[in-house]
Amino acid sequence: MVGAGGIGCELLKTLALSGFQDIHIVARDAVLRFRPNISITPYHANVKESRFNVDFYKEFDVVLNGLDNLDARRHVNRLCLAADVPLVESGTTGFLGQVTVHLKGKTECYECQPKPAPKTYPVCTITSTPSKDLLFAKLFGDKNLENDLNVRSSDATNLSEHSEDVFECRKGEDIEQYGRRIYDHVFGHNIEVALSNEETWKNRNKPWPIYSKDVFPDKLTKENGKTEKGSTTEDVSAMASLGLKNPQDVWSLAENSRVFYESLRLFFSKRQKEIGNLTFDKDDQLAVEFVTAAANIRASSFGIPLHSLFEAKGIAGNIVHAVATTNAIIAGLIVIEAIKVLKKDSNNYRMTYCLEHPSKKLLLMPVEPYEPNKSCYVCSETPLSLEVNTHHSKLRDFVEKIVKAKLGMNFPVIMSGASIIYEVGEDLEEDMVAIYAANLEKALSELPSPVISGTVLTVEDLQQEFSCRINIKHREEFDEEKEPDGMLLSGRVEAPVDKNSNKPIGNGESTSSALSTEEIQEGERDVEIQETSESAENVTGRKRKLSEVSKGSIPDHSGLPDESSKNQNQLEKLDVDDEDDELIISNDWESLTKKKRL
Amino acid sequence: MDGEELTEQETALYDRQIRVWGADAQRRLSKSHILVCGLKGTVAEFCKNIVLAGVGSVTLVDDRVVTDESLPANFLILPHENHYNGKTLAEVCCDSLKEFNPMVHVAVERGDISTFGVEFFEKFDAAIISCCSLGKKKLINQKCRKLSKRVAFYTVECRGSCGEMFVDLQDYKYSKKKLEETIECQIEYPSFEEAILVPWRALPRRMSKLYFAMRVIEQFEDVEGRNPGETSIADRLGVLKLRKELCETNSLDESQIPDALLERLLTDTREFPPVCAIIGGILGQEVIKAISGKGDPLKNFFFFDAMDGKGLIEDISGPSTRS
Repeated sequence: MVGAGGIGCELLKTLALSGFQDIHIVARDAVLRFRPNISITPYHANVKESRFNVDFYKEFDVVLNGLDNLDARRHVNRLCLAADVPLVESGTTGFLGQVTVHLKGKTECYECQPKPAPKTYPVCTITSTPSKDLLFAKLFGDKNLENDLNVRSSDATNLSEHSEDVFECRKGEDIEQYGRRIYDHVFGHNIEVALSNEETWKNRNKPWPIYSKDVFPDKLTKENGKTEKGSTTEDVSAMASLGLKNPQDVWSLAENSRVFYESLRLFFSKRQKEIGNLTFDKDDQLAVEFVTAAANIRASSFGIPLHSLFEAKGIAGNIVHAVATTNAIIAGLIVIEAIKVLKKDSNNYRMTYCLEHPSKKLLLMPVEPYEPNKSCYVCSETPLSLEVNTHHSKLRDFVEKIVKAKLGMNFPVIMSGASIIYEVGEDLEEDMVAIYAANLEKALSELPSPVISGTVLTVEDLQQEFSCRINIKHREEFDEEKEPDGMLLSGRVEAPVDKNSNKPIGNGESTSSALSTEEIQEGERDVEIQETSESAENVTGRKRKLSEVSKGSIPDHSGLPDESSKNQNQLEKLDVDDEDDELIISNDWESLTKKKRL
Repeated sequence: MDGEELTEQETALYDRQIRVWGADAQRRLSKSHILVCGLKGTVAEFCKNIVLAGVGSVTLVDDRVVTDESLPANFLILPHENHYNGKTLAEVCCDSLKEFNPMVHVAVERGDISTFGVEFFEKFDAAIISCCSLGKKKLINQKCRKLSKRVAFYTVECRGSCGEMFVDLQDYKYSKKKLEETIECQIEYPSFEEAILVPWRALPRRMSKLYFAMRVIEQFEDVEGRNPGETSIADRLGVLKLRKELCETNSLDESQIPDALLERLLTDTREFPPVCAIIGGILGQEVIKAISGKGDPLKNFFFFDAMDGKGLIEDISGPSTRS
């Protein structure tokens, strides 16, 4: 077992009850023994540690995942492939869940189908559309860290005023002046700058700038005259000092603006020492208040519905929506598949969806597993190709944006032909470390063994026992908005990106680093899964190959619901009942994948 | 929504699930009272689920004494407590459940549930009945229906790889959001007795075979005066004879109730823990829906068979309550 969170705990219980005698658990959470006759071996550790290598995996008959993040799932998938051990994978969010079985060569691997990559924002998006905690980092975080918030405004005409750090409190400026200046800069000036780029707004609604004098014509400071209660940092709350009680209430623009000022003021008056070192933490009340207010003021600009502090905390903190019942059901389904795996009953493996609204009377819907994707860069040996400006892009960009972010490697070795150009490892010679560090800052074409058009790079992660080849192709220009990485990796199936709806769902929490308010704007859409009638030509065979069914469409059975995008939603379902062969194809898998709105 | 706000402690403890069903639903849950009768593995799963969900109280009824046989699928009974000193299932489960969530009041009611008066049931918002004879189930269902307030009624049974659940929400109104508007929905449920009296020929053609098979076994046990699960392969001929009779009266082809399925139900009467987790989970969700008034409740039977992996909803009602 990997993971002992919501699913993991239920899974351990059901495994133990079902007669599994020797269970090993790798998890960062503690594990409780409740059936002393069973051997339970806990490894209180991160599954990505190097001791959990391919030999470790080979000790097991089956690996069961109850994980909560994409990264670890990919890691385990690769090691299971390398060790040739069957993997039962799972995920839940709210009332939705799914269980899949992965057996090398027999069914698709976890990475055969698109998984939305960790979300990255092009710079222009960050400055023109609402953002979460960038402003927070800018004001209270480490000033030396790169932050994109101000990039666009420094390009603007008013260079002299805005190229300086506008977020720094100036000499002689009182907290209200400072707050108003920040407010006007972020919610007024930056919006005006964004508006000046007319191209952007051709096909979208224009935002309007908001200035503090319009919201608060009068002086703010000390207007309530109350003395703040609480002297410890945890007690400091703008809501408390403003008399706002219910975190479920949605504040007006004026209230949000008040909270914005008040939380800023409290940070500077009560938590002065921390400023410069703060990072956003969902359990930091004042931080959540500030971020909620800032996001809501932004949202007002863009005509996006505002959210309560409770909701904003969930979004900003990426809080998993979880209920015990779904985890219990999913754990039961995992055990059923695990037993089939142990019986080597591979013809009866199923991936099962736990639905919120029944489709064709089915609340638990079994589907025959898909065959391996022949062009999967993980479980097949298909090379990838990368278009990149080899003169401009540095090795560092390649490592960060491709090897780590896209390929999910932790300890990569990058080889060009026979020579190693980069390597991460625990026991490297010092001189090699220095050479690699120097290489990182070099453009690809300027490396000791130049990477140019036609070069084939081999990228390996020894810990994951995973290797792939990348054909390099030089390209001069990249579209800043559409290709923010400045490079384009292909040959790897990627989830289509839709700017309104590619939010990762539920347990894929770590896949999202930043989440804009815009993403939560889409309304509650009630969707029914439509069925095709039992078309005669499709119901002849008994167990059809799923590849035939899914031809021409992207099957979306992959990421649901842990990290699925909503757009490519197609559902193929095969009913393998002896006499009732039927086929359901739906274009609307949305009801399964949408995040429940509160 | 009337009633008090959730306490800070409640908001913190239930944060994750409030994000799923909302604060209103959580408030209603925390004021609800659940009656549970018959504590085997599936019901133990269910109890854990609603205790974690944060209902107001759970009352357990099961005077059977704990034996080693109670152990396998019921994780609420810890094996190292070898000497139960004649404690009942309800008592042992009560102790374990309290540890899952100290904010939920868990209590034991002693006695034979079929002798409890109608007023006893009035205290509850939902009653879950398991491991009971057909007669008892009907009786308790009727008592719940006599009350002016609605007591949601559920029965649940698991045998081997199969599980069945029945729901009676009587006349149930709830609201749901469709697009931007909130629409009021109303569903009428038949009682358990009414449901199983619906002539089989009146049912949809592709009814789950498990429904018919469970009715045959249920009737067999009833006629023989046995408790649920007290069957073996030795009863095969008797059961096949009953199937023939029932199929004839109902003009149903006997092939709709395969021999193999009946044999499985007869011989493998122990609960299979993964099925307990699944049925107990679905039951938990349904009770939470019924209490919170949020989400479409299922009507009115649910079947799961680990053999094919399907979790099926069937609406088995007479013409008057058919949706």
